Amino acid sequence: MPRVRVEVDGATYEDDVEPRLLLVHYLRERLGKVGTPVGCDTSNCGACTVLLDGMSVKSCSVLTVQADGCDVTTIEGLGSPGGQSPPATGRSVPAGSHPLQRAFHEEHALQCGYCTPGMIMASLDLLRENPDPSEEEVRAGLEGNLCRCTGYQNIVRAVRRAAREMRELAERVVTP
Amino acid sequence: MTVPEIGAPRRRTEDTRLLTGRTRWTENLTPAGTLHMAFLRSPHAHAKLTRVDTSQAATHPGVVAVFSGADLADEQGSLPCAWIVTDDMKHPDHPPMGVHEVRYVGEPVACVVARDRYTAVDALEKIDVDYEPLPAVVDMEAAVAEGADLVHHDLGTNKSYTWVYENGDVEAALRDAPVVIEREYVQQRLIPSAMEPRSVLCVPEGDEFTLYSATQIPHILRLMLAVVTGIAEHRLRVVAPDVGGGFGSKLQVYGEEVIALLLARRLGRPVKWTETRSEGNMTVHHGRDQIQRLTLAAERDGRIRGLKVDLLADMGAYLMIVTPGIPLLGAFMFNGIYKMDAYSFTCTGVFTTKTPTDAYRGAGRPEATYAIERLMDELANELGIDPIEVRRRNWIAHEEFPYETIAGLTYDSGNYEAATDKALELFEYDKLRAEQADRRDRRDPVQLGIGVSTFTEMCGLAPSRVLGSLSYGAGGWEHASVRVLPTGKVEVITGSSPHGQGHETAWAQIAADRLGVPFEDVRVLHGDTVIAPKGMDTYGSRSLAVGGVALSAACGKVVEKARTVAAHLLEAAEQDLEFRDGRFSVRGVHEEGTTLQEVAQAAFTAHDLPDGLEPSLDADATFDPDNFSFPHGTHLCAAEVDTETGMVKLRKYVAVDDVGKVVNPLIVEGQVHGGLAQGIAQALFEEAVYDADGNLTTTTLADYLVPSAADLPTFTTDRTETPATSNPLGVKGVGEAGTIASTPAVVNAIVDALRPHGVRDVPMPCTPERVWRALRGEAGAR
Repeated sequence: MPRVRVEVDGATYEDDVEPRLLLVHYLRERLGKVGTPVGCDTSNCGACTVLLDGMSVKSCSVLTVQADGCDVTTIEGLGSPGGQSPPATGRSVPAGSHPLQRAFHEEHALQCGYCTPGMIMASLDLLRENPDPSEEEVRAGLEGNLCRCTGYQNIVRAVRRAAREMRELAERVVTP
Repeated sequence: MTVPEIGAPRRRTEDTRLLTGRTRWTENLTPAGTLHMAFLRSPHAHAKLTRVDTSQAATHPGVVAVFSGADLADEQGSLPCAWIVTDDMKHPDHPPMGVHEVRYVGEPVACVVARDRYTAVDALEKIDVDYEPLPAVVDMEAAVAEGADLVHHDLGTNKSYTWVYENGDVEAALRDAPVVIEREYVQQRLIPSAMEPRSVLCVPEGDEFTLYSATQIPHILRLMLAVVTGIAEHRLRVVAPDVGGGFGSKLQVYGEEVIALLLARRLGRPVKWTETRSEGNMTVHHGRDQIQRLTLAAERDGRIRGLKVDLLADMGAYLMIVTPGIPLLGAFMFNGIYKMDAYSFTCTGVFTTKTPTDAYRGAGRPEATYAIERLMDELANELGIDPIEVRRRNWIAHEEFPYETIAGLTYDSGNYEAATDKALELFEYDKLRAEQADRRDRRDPVQLGIGVSTFTEMCGLAPSRVLGSLSYGAGGWEHASVRVLPTGKVEVITGSSPHGQGHETAWAQIAADRLGVPFEDVRVLHGDTVIAPKGMDTYGSRSLAVGGVALSAACGKVVEKARTVAAHLLEAAEQDLEFRDGRFSVRGVHEEGTTLQEVAQAAFTAHDLPDGLEPSLDADATFDPDNFSFPHGTHLCAAEVDTETGMVKLRKYVAVDDVGKVVNPLIVEGQVHGGLAQGIAQALFEEAVYDADGNLTTTTLADYLVPSAADLPTFTTDRTETPATSNPLGVKGVGEAGTIASTPAVVNAIVDALRPHGVRDVPMPCTPERVWRALRGEAGAR
């Protein structure tokens, strides 16, 4: 069996894996990273989206061996737990959470929450490419992620809200 | 209390775990020693099983056991149907795994149990099955024709039942009516498509079993598993952990749940199974699927005389938990918000060799609402009057409530005028009509259409007596418990079982309001038959209108008990105490009084309680509603239709809903958005398609088109608030409203755009091809 070395959410793992093992199953079943769910088997729904070396991928469509030597970020590695962040209205999002997590909470951009990890990871990649997307650009950018609960309206609002906050944070870093 | 809790847009407490990946989906649970199941499924729509040889698979490395349907025939029982709608309803056996015959593509025939998922799937390849194909029965009209091939040979017919409701003389109303509109509409088959696939894990502990399942109905599931398998109910615990959406599809007792329980018993180890999406599309129950023949008779001034409804409803291959009852929920809704003198409804349930149908968001009401709202637009067109005006001439005026409808329900409250006026204003109706006229004059290739839907629905399922009169197998009450802990913190236990609705937030708001405690001091527990032993679960927009009311009543009982304790502590008479913001004080006396927390502690220590009063501060309540609740609203849709390509673009969508009193407007708005998306999806995108041999050709999300963000518009939503009078909270329910209202609004808009081209219907889903064909005079279907 091939041996892979992968960094996931800041920790390094080395494992022997079957060549056919999907990355999402490696994350969930070998590493216990069950924060990334599986919603389909044809890479249409995007629930399993993670970042692979900073780019969003659907982890049900990546073989673990393809991730050898790569850096994987899942929803569980987002934000900096225990860090500083403005309190959210409901006080139910932990300190140190990512602006996208806070914005999804503030804008009620999730209901059952099954698509949420993938939706947030895809949004992260979208905002990396386009830090100030219009509503249309958010809708087009998230075309590969399906949500059955929200009708997307609040997701679009949340992504634009997070974009605003992330731009402001970036400006503060650049001009101290 | 500074801000009233009821009506506050609280951000949801559930979000914490959902946003950080700390969710407890069933598929996330894998206790040590767990075995994984995989199912071999029929590739035929209809076939005899002549041989199922599992011997090769059983020797595959890593495989623990393999079972065919025949291996479990003595213990697997028959999956339940809880709604025997007529005395002579045909109700075939439904073994969880096929034994002698299979009747839809995807029906399980064998099950591998292995150390891991990959091994189990590998071993499926080694099972050898001989099928003797039998004729597929795909088309409902063919299925009920003379000499049709039969789905269940022993029944001698493909008709399960015919159910009739009549009020007034509909034939007389139709006879000599100045205007008669006859139409046939098809409610296409839909796949509910909750984002979380079905998943089940059964953990044996001696002769007791804990079954975790992605279900909407842990309580009903426990009862039904006991009935089906004979395992005593008190040895079964069912847990619905976090559940990722349902929309009716997880209101079911699935064969895989039964098999998981039986194999956990046989093997003495935890047994788990999670479906793939492709597997799920074939085997999760489907929704809708009706052929509706409709006749509406009216006077020249537009007033409706009567309505005749004749339905064929596709049951699929078997009757599942409420399959036969779903179209009958529509029987009470085809009259919509309108007055009429006569109404008849006939529904025939038809067996076909397809996946069984059952509840899907709206369940019977969207089908009915679609029919009447499409007909109202057709009537307006026939008479040359505005579709809003024709509705005004027929709807129940606000001063006429309570109103007994022709379908036998009593609508307790409503204000259709107010919702419509608000919607027209937000929509800028007159301006869009002017643009429409302009585009028509200019022969613009992109035409504008305006669709109207003024709907109501029945929510708050359901008064138990009514369910009894409809031969349903259970009641419709809901239960809640409230415990004030010694520290004054509050635990709420609800029998309602959320799967995305936000009960943990909304229920905490109700308890905080009623008890005068901080929102943060309330925790809501649910979805486990050990923690919440009594409940009727979540479906039919019932949670708030039944379960929320039960919670409010339980809080009331807590306050009454606390009042007795407080009076004792304050040495005052109970009737002299007032309770405000969580504090009892003597009316007119400027003293601090005592808080609910102090009372809770006193009730816990029990050192000094009034004689005969039981220690601890808690209460239970069960609420059984007297009537349904009736949310209503007016939805308006503007659609641009490209007459050259058939492409439809939703330009504007306004939804004004009246869901009564609102506990959390943020959650209500979210429910409306999601409902709209699903109703619009039926109008424009989604259809479960079977080929002539009975193969489902939409098994993936690449073929079954659940819309993405890019496919949907931004909605304008608003509310009017006419409190329900049928429950003390004045609430109605909101889970299904958007889905029920939006489908006809969209199709009405498309047809309205194309009327100058002679189009009077486009079959759903209104894809560009179907619109294009309709423009060329090929309706594409009926």
